[in-house]
Amino acid sequence: MNNRSFSKHYYLMLLPGMVWLILISIVPMFGIVIAFQDFNPGAGFFRSAWIGLENFDYMFALSDIRSIFFNTVFIAVMKMAAHLVVPLVFALMLNELRLALIKRWIQTIVYLPHFLSWVILAGILLDIFSFSGPVNGLLKALGFEPVLFFANSTLFPFMVVASDVWKEFGFNTIIYLAALTGISPVLYEAAAIDGASRFRRLWHVTLPGITTTIVLLAVLSLGNVLNAGFDQIFNLYNPLVYSTGDIIDTWVYREGLLNLQYGLATAVGLLKSVVSFILIIISYALASRFANYRIF
Amino acid sequence: MVKESTIGSKIFDGLLLAILLLITALCLVPLIYTLAVSLSEKSAAAAGRVWLWPVGFNFNSYKQIMGDGAFFRSFLTSVQRVVLGGIISTGIGTLMAYPLSKSPRQFRLRNVFMWFLIFAMLFNGGLIPWYMTMKSLGLMDNIWALVLGGGLPVFHVILIINYFRNLPKEMEEAALVDGAGPWRMLWSVFVPLAVPVLATVLLFTIVYHWNEFFHGLVLMSRQDHYPLQTYIQQLVVIIDAANMTEDQYKRMNELSNQTLNSAKIFIAMIPVLVVYPFLQRFFIHGITLGSVKE
Repeated sequence: MNNRSFSKHYYLMLLPGMVWLILISIVPMFGIVIAFQDFNPGAGFFRSAWIGLENFDYMFALSDIRSIFFNTVFIAVMKMAAHLVVPLVFALMLNELRLALIKRWIQTIVYLPHFLSWVILAGILLDIFSFSGPVNGLLKALGFEPVLFFANSTLFPFMVVASDVWKEFGFNTIIYLAALTGISPVLYEAAAIDGASRFRRLWHVTLPGITTTIVLLAVLSLGNVLNAGFDQIFNLYNPLVYSTGDIIDTWVYREGLLNLQYGLATAVGLLKSVVSFILIIISYALASRFANYRIF
Repeated sequence: MVKESTIGSKIFDGLLLAILLLITALCLVPLIYTLAVSLSEKSAAAAGRVWLWPVGFNFNSYKQIMGDGAFFRSFLTSVQRVVLGGIISTGIGTLMAYPLSKSPRQFRLRNVFMWFLIFAMLFNGGLIPWYMTMKSLGLMDNIWALVLGGGLPVFHVILIINYFRNLPKEMEEAALVDGAGPWRMLWSVFVPLAVPVLATVLLFTIVYHWNEFFHGLVLMSRQDHYPLQTYIQQLVVIIDAANMTEDQYKRMNELSNQTLNSAKIFIAMIPVLVVYPFLQRFFIHGITLGSVKE
């Protein structure tokens, strides 16, 4: 093969994508110098004053910071656990259903919320759970006091996790269902001949058959420890729940782009990026070592 | 699958079906509720009397939207963004995936580029540096800010690469013997064979561009440049008032025009509902292809 002459064309094919990648993704990586500057947009990266680690010192002294890191990890870890377990249970239930047509319909419907934006879903949820909305109407009819679900700082993190599970559980079953179809029917037949009941077959054939998948998904979700879901929280929260609902990403947005604390916001964002990057590398290393996972 | 017909097993099947149908209904109810509110009388909606069926059925909200210039401008901005974004992302992604699907023997720097892409996907500079970069590139208050602001979708490129690599090698060898160059090879051999993954990527891109609201919010300084999701976000979001009280929060809910907002939200959902059947045909394959390989 005449590889030499092909290479030239290969570079040409890579060019537009590389330009796009460099301008939008790589250039901002150099912009993290803002974290070490008293940044002034008029002066730009090159002429703003260097202040070393002052932004970081200030950051660690802020009382906000501890609570936004705590809120982020708290919500994110609850989501990780819920996103692992709920879709698994749902997939196992769906797998036991013998009516193929209904099964397909159920799948079609539960995947749908994944494709709707948080703007739209937040608009709907805030309405349904509002003070005069249907959920509170039901509570009142049953003789309970109405609850401000999304304006109550104790409830807010749980509402966030529950609504995220509602949106994503269907979509997250896809990988489990794919793994379930990979289990050989011969194993079920053999177990049945040996007298295993449905539950024993579930326990001794189905679950061991998808253990690798469960472990892999658990490991890969590690990288999300600092991702509590900006789009969702940004559209659902309000000042009443900042104490428990404000996360790193929403704080960086408000502090950086609304209050114009560029240096401080960049420093917090940088800390998040670095920690997330390390976590993802660890999770990929674990996944490739124990489950033979490759991204490419 | 093993068939079983004991009574216990039948009861279990019935119970299972009931639970599954209940959960499935839970996914649809909020959407039906929104449609019902949008077709109801204002007072009935405000009093919380609407459930899953319109009360005082009318099309007033939809008629009102017909005359709403701001809504239509945002709708058109979103359509423009989806069309440009879909073509550009998928086109550039496919072009990039071809050389990267070669082995290092065929394309020496393949792995170097590959790691560069992976690094760019996993690490990011954060919001503020990205914003400053967009500003200095002049990607503000124009459609290109929305089309290009998300950056190269590396994950989609990887999906296409993996698909290309799993195509039968004989096709490529035959075309090579017939004298096809790299461009010809990509266009006449790889692209036609990779339609399922390209369709998946295209549909994902369309949904992404339709749903994205944040870039519209921070990169557009004028409301009449907002894409539809940003426009709707401005309607439903709780205004950031310092020292807000619970009463103020309740008031904001009461003051919002529920029926009109629901109609706008419902219209914003329609494009996703329209592409969804096509999307569903492809994405399961696309997803499992990119994630779990055993």
